[in-house]
Amino acid sequence: MAAPSKATPRLDPFGELTGAMSREEARAESSRCLYCYDAPCVKACPTRIDVPRFIRQIASADPLGAGETILQANALGHSCARVCPVEVLCEGACVYQEWQANPIQIGRLQRHATDAVYAEGRLPFAPGPDNEKRVAIVGAGPAGVSCAVYLRLLGFRVTLFEKRPLPGGLNTYGVAEYKMTPKTALAELEFLFQLGCELATEKTVGADIPASNLIHDFDAIFIGIGLSATHRLRVPGENLPGVWDALSFIEAVKARHGKGVPKSAATVVIGGGNTAVDAATQSLRAKTPRVVIAYRRGQEKMSAYRFEIDLARRDGAVIMTDAVVRRILGKKKVEGVEFTDHRVVSCDRVITAIGQTKHYALAKTFGLEQHNDGRIKVDAATMATTRRGIFAGGDAVNGGKEVVNAAADGKKAAWGIHQTLFPGRCAPEGNAYWISTIDGRLVAPITPRTAS
Amino acid sequence: MNEIKPDLTCRCAGITAPNPFWLASAPPTNSGAQVMRAFEYGWGGAVWKTLGQDPPIVNVSSRYGAMDIGGQKIAGFNNIELITDRPLEVNLKEIYEVKKRFPHHAVIASLMVPCERQAWHEITQKVMDAGCDGVELNFGCPHGMSERGMGAAVGQVPEYIKMVTEFVKEKSSVPVLVKLTPNVADIRFAARAAKQGGADGVSLINTINSIMGIDVETLTPKFAVEGKISHGGYCGPAVKPIALNMLSQIANDPQTAGLPLSGIGGISTWSDAVEFMLLGASSVQLCTAVMHHGFRIIEDLNAGLTGWMRRKGFATLEDFIGRSSPSIVDWKNLNLHYKSVATIDPARCIGCDVCFVACNDTAHQCIDIDRRKGNRKPHILSDDCVGCNLCSLVCPVDSCITMKPVETGLKPLTWEEYSNQGLKGYGEVYRRH
Repeated sequence: MAAPSKATPRLDPFGELTGAMSREEARAESSRCLYCYDAPCVKACPTRIDVPRFIRQIASADPLGAGETILQANALGHSCARVCPVEVLCEGACVYQEWQANPIQIGRLQRHATDAVYAEGRLPFAPGPDNEKRVAIVGAGPAGVSCAVYLRLLGFRVTLFEKRPLPGGLNTYGVAEYKMTPKTALAELEFLFQLGCELATEKTVGADIPASNLIHDFDAIFIGIGLSATHRLRVPGENLPGVWDALSFIEAVKARHGKGVPKSAATVVIGGGNTAVDAATQSLRAKTPRVVIAYRRGQEKMSAYRFEIDLARRDGAVIMTDAVVRRILGKKKVEGVEFTDHRVVSCDRVITAIGQTKHYALAKTFGLEQHNDGRIKVDAATMATTRRGIFAGGDAVNGGKEVVNAAADGKKAAWGIHQTLFPGRCAPEGNAYWISTIDGRLVAPITPRTAS
Repeated sequence: MNEIKPDLTCRCAGITAPNPFWLASAPPTNSGAQVMRAFEYGWGGAVWKTLGQDPPIVNVSSRYGAMDIGGQKIAGFNNIELITDRPLEVNLKEIYEVKKRFPHHAVIASLMVPCERQAWHEITQKVMDAGCDGVELNFGCPHGMSERGMGAAVGQVPEYIKMVTEFVKEKSSVPVLVKLTPNVADIRFAARAAKQGGADGVSLINTINSIMGIDVETLTPKFAVEGKISHGGYCGPAVKPIALNMLSQIANDPQTAGLPLSGIGGISTWSDAVEFMLLGASSVQLCTAVMHHGFRIIEDLNAGLTGWMRRKGFATLEDFIGRSSPSIVDWKNLNLHYKSVATIDPARCIGCDVCFVACNDTAHQCIDIDRRKGNRKPHILSDDCVGCNLCSLVCPVDSCITMKPVETGLKPLTWEEYSNQGLKGYGEVYRRH
């Protein structure tokens, strides 16, 4: 007789927060969908996935068809199914909310569908006929990858330049492990790059490759460079060993299943946004017994999503409000944090998550206009920057939003590039569906017009 | 106020039982042990799994198929099982034992033998000797046995129904029910034949000819015996409306008026049973719901019926059996001057707009949405509404869309009257689009 399996620990530090749905579960859940007309969930999705349609496809035992519906509207639908804050997007808009009932689990159904497509391994779309135009994409994060996919559908030749060893940006390096593993993120890229995208990693534009080369060698450029380093606290003790910035911490945890990160008996996370809460939850799940989130203002001012805060709380995080850091205590390493009201919390690790800086330098190199806070200025419809032929999207433009916003920006920019380089020309036949879903309205004819 | 204590005693075609809930002749009544267990749970009667001549039949392995709809398991059910595969003597002995232990419960022997007087006489005598309270002639089984000239093969020919019923009545001193097949053009002919043959009542419906589906991956039947299937008998919740219609046709047929009816077909809950009784059934028989959930459902069937009778002030089943029958009429007797119009309660509306697209695409284009200020809630164009009900049927919210009668000031007018008046006098109560 086989020995009974060991009891599952309460929290698997690398276990997924929400698992896959079984076929029966997906069928029952999809059958609850009301198939709303002009559905609010579609409008709530930045990429305008036709949610009722794909859910109906799942209900009618066509998960592959459902996956195609999703990926045509959002090339990154596989990762978005895992990392989207659905509570404030599609599921938050579900009409069931009006009814004080649980909304349809759109995120998990989306995962059910894209998992089917990925299990099959066949792309639901093909590259468009080669139009001989070359586009450089700076930054292989969600915005850049989304843009690359849709450019390929339109027939463009695409080269992505990525400064890191792996593509994917925050999807690969920065998403908390319990939401998505790097394996899933990289599998998504491998799948999408079957479309034929050239990828140059460990190539920093502006350093390894002069910006002028790109301007000279390519017909258009898309800039999806995200944000830069985490802001510094500017308090004494910030350079002590044991002080991490949140993104490096999450990246280190992800890199070797936590083995690259020393154990902590008590951690203080400084910040009130989603990254701070992610870092706290990830610490708890990596078996830190005591985690305190210290936020400088009242809890109602915390920018983290309610459900993320609740998750951290359920995992055991303590939230300290009106806690402004005076200094980080310790001689050779972190021993605690002192706040301006003289409260002191002992700890052996401090994680800072107080926002990231913008890439001022690269935008300047390309000669792009920026907002006062450093965001690159673009035309909202086409994602065109102030310099002709250069487009931008994602965090570098919106200041730090979700993967799905970056995916939407990349899609819009691809169409913007097409419109700029081929004014008045339709998309190649066969790939028109996704174009109809930009902004939920028809921006390109579905069928080619015949001469009247 | 006197609290009514409803009496569930069932009297159907001369058979009495503690309540009207009987197990239909099917796998749940295959053995004495099962029937006794069911009676212990509270079932009022059991129609034994159909008995036939020895040697007993042989069944195939893989016998049942089901249709699930939108996550609802077993909305429809199908079987290709034949009659009992146990020796007649074993069944008779068990019937005797059940009756000895449960003298007040109804045990009805379902019978099926070839259309020969001698055969029917013999088996009728044997089950009477075993102590059954009645017999039910299985003229309904649509698969397998019908290929051998029995079951539905009899039920589809009124002359055979009459003849075999007469054979049994010649011998029987217990009530005789005739179980009818729905696989006919007009069930009334079968019921009339049963009555003419002397039947004390009819049971209906038996199962409907059906194929449960093809697996689109393997291209073979979903429910199969080594890749092949014969048609089977369809039952379960999905068949209830068909059964209700057939039952009411017999109840309302002047030639069979008053013939006791045992209602069968998709009954899962106490209220399903009440519907059959309101249309004339004096007992009901269940199978699929029991096969899905077990004998224990009798607890909520009895409790639900008792509570409803108390609320409605009905002391006995006879107080309400057939009460709704007069509401089932021919189309020609419906009032052409009746008008109803949909209304949407904006406080309940959740803005799914399913009613809008249904009405606009497929019905009569009488719902609109004022999209100003982001509004999603639709409204009815009352002047255009034909009262078709579609919006209220698709609406997922309880009591959000209701159909309200509209006073037209016109005298009632049936089609029969209208046509007798030379197609004059109709008041155009709705707008024709």
